[in-house]
Amino acid sequence: MAIPKVCGIETEYGILVRGANNDSISNPVTASSLLINAYLAERQRRIHWDFHDEHPGVDARGFQVDDLLAPEVESTLVNAVLTNGARYYVDHAHPEISTPECLTARDALVFDRAAEEIVRESMAAVARLLPAGAEVLCHKNNSDGKGNSYGCHENYLVAREVPFSRIVHQITPHFVSRQVVVGAGKVGCEMPGRTSLEVPFQLSQRADFFEEEVGLETTLKRPIVNTRDEPHCDPMKYRRLHVIVGDANMSETATLVKVGATAIVLAMIEDDVLGDDLELANPVAAISQISHDLTLRRTVLLRNGQRATALELQWQLLERARKYERSHGLECVGADVGAEVLGLWEGILAGLEREPDSVAHQVDWVAKRRLVQAYAARHDARPDDARLKAIDLQYHDLRADRCLALRVGLDTLADPADVRDAMTQPPTTTRAYFRGRCLAKWPNDVVAANWDSMVFDVGRDPLRRVPMMEPLRGTAESVARLIDESDTPAELLARLGA
Amino acid sequence: MAERTQKQKPAPNRTEETTQEAPPVAASGEKLKAELDDLLDEIDDVLETNAEDFVKSYVQKGGQ
Repeated sequence: MAIPKVCGIETEYGILVRGANNDSISNPVTASSLLINAYLAERQRRIHWDFHDEHPGVDARGFQVDDLLAPEVESTLVNAVLTNGARYYVDHAHPEISTPECLTARDALVFDRAAEEIVRESMAAVARLLPAGAEVLCHKNNSDGKGNSYGCHENYLVAREVPFSRIVHQITPHFVSRQVVVGAGKVGCEMPGRTSLEVPFQLSQRADFFEEEVGLETTLKRPIVNTRDEPHCDPMKYRRLHVIVGDANMSETATLVKVGATAIVLAMIEDDVLGDDLELANPVAAISQISHDLTLRRTVLLRNGQRATALELQWQLLERARKYERSHGLECVGADVGAEVLGLWEGILAGLEREPDSVAHQVDWVAKRRLVQAYAARHDARPDDARLKAIDLQYHDLRADRCLALRVGLDTLADPADVRDAMTQPPTTTRAYFRGRCLAKWPNDVVAANWDSMVFDVGRDPLRRVPMMEPLRGTAESVARLIDESDTPAELLARLGA
Repeated sequence: MAERTQKQKPAPNRTEETTQEAPPVAASGEKLKAELDDLLDEIDDVLETNAEDFVKSYVQKGGQ
């Protein structure tokens, strides 16, 4: 039986500084550090990510800008863990948040939304520190329209014993075709050799950047299936599938279906019920062919010589998922969540077939295209009019008063109170619970933390490292009382028998 | 939505099929159209004042 599809989302945000006279602040690495440190200074002590690092990172509240730009900060890329179990850090000149490990796609949605709110609060915090007229903008998107792309990655727990080649062959058709449901839309084209006049709008932000079927790279020659093998848990039992092909979504429905449907497809692959017949002849060609085709009618060639549209591929996957629900159940993704995901997935496919605009309240590329086309019609704008690209960018703007995605009537699925809680409280059903609770209760005594261990200062040498190699151990059910009843980490560790 | 008929291999140029639910789609369609018109009315206040400068200045470093 497929193992629980523990999952998470890592998002690299776009960042732009305006109105700053200080050139060093405008540098995106510095700006990202400033952004994160401003949030931490207001919210919590900075607990350093354990990166085989020498110095524990504990610092005081009440930062001034100069303090935040002190040499120590500049040379150490900010890398913090939050009390909700997430990681907040600078990666390749972008602020990035990795959600904590989540048991279901529903939790992943809530923590992804919480990550957005954390970035919004960070923007407000940094605004309080910058001189008047200067501001830091962040965008939840994947490209600047000029050929530079950054990712929204998903992670899924899969049993190690599943042959990786099976995963590659059988997940690729879903990765290539799911953009009709979860693509975020993009004005213009960034594929070498094709212009924005040829492709004024496409389904996916990321499709133009994928050049390989499978590989280790993430920053160039991007592969549809990434082979990174860093499970951050017991490597004998588990694989963490690191997925780089997706777009960042503003639609909550899209985020839920993106993670939920992919988890179900992976479960089918794990239980070896999916089969090979959907394999594509040329996935790299197909991913941009599908992205550039707004009619949703373009067929792509399968390995077996047949042709299929992206919608047809998605219908096939959904149908097999329905069969799998009946034969195996969906406990591994959460039975209720799985049922909800299948219902939404089906509704979106049916809507796209009948009349795409009918799913403008659920599908980002549809919502964005509607807005862009309506604006262009009203103002008689050419496809390469800068205002249309500005609409594309502002769809993803995290300033609440400027964000166009907040104004196009997208459905909200997550309870705002849950999102608010998830900014500071960890999920209860994975090891993130242990990490988040310990950080919140003993911020001065957690020297360092990462996905699979925490290091405590128990008041005397040596420091104590607690391994956390099982993603499903350290849940509220198993450790809440232990943590509640322990006054100190030393006591906790004694009770854990460590 | 879950009661909708499942498709095997849908033909591209189908005539419109009969569905059990009719008005809900139309109603939400009307609402969305009204919202879209409202948004278009106010969008110029929300959009960056100099779109060309903004788009030109929006440059990111490549990430993962």
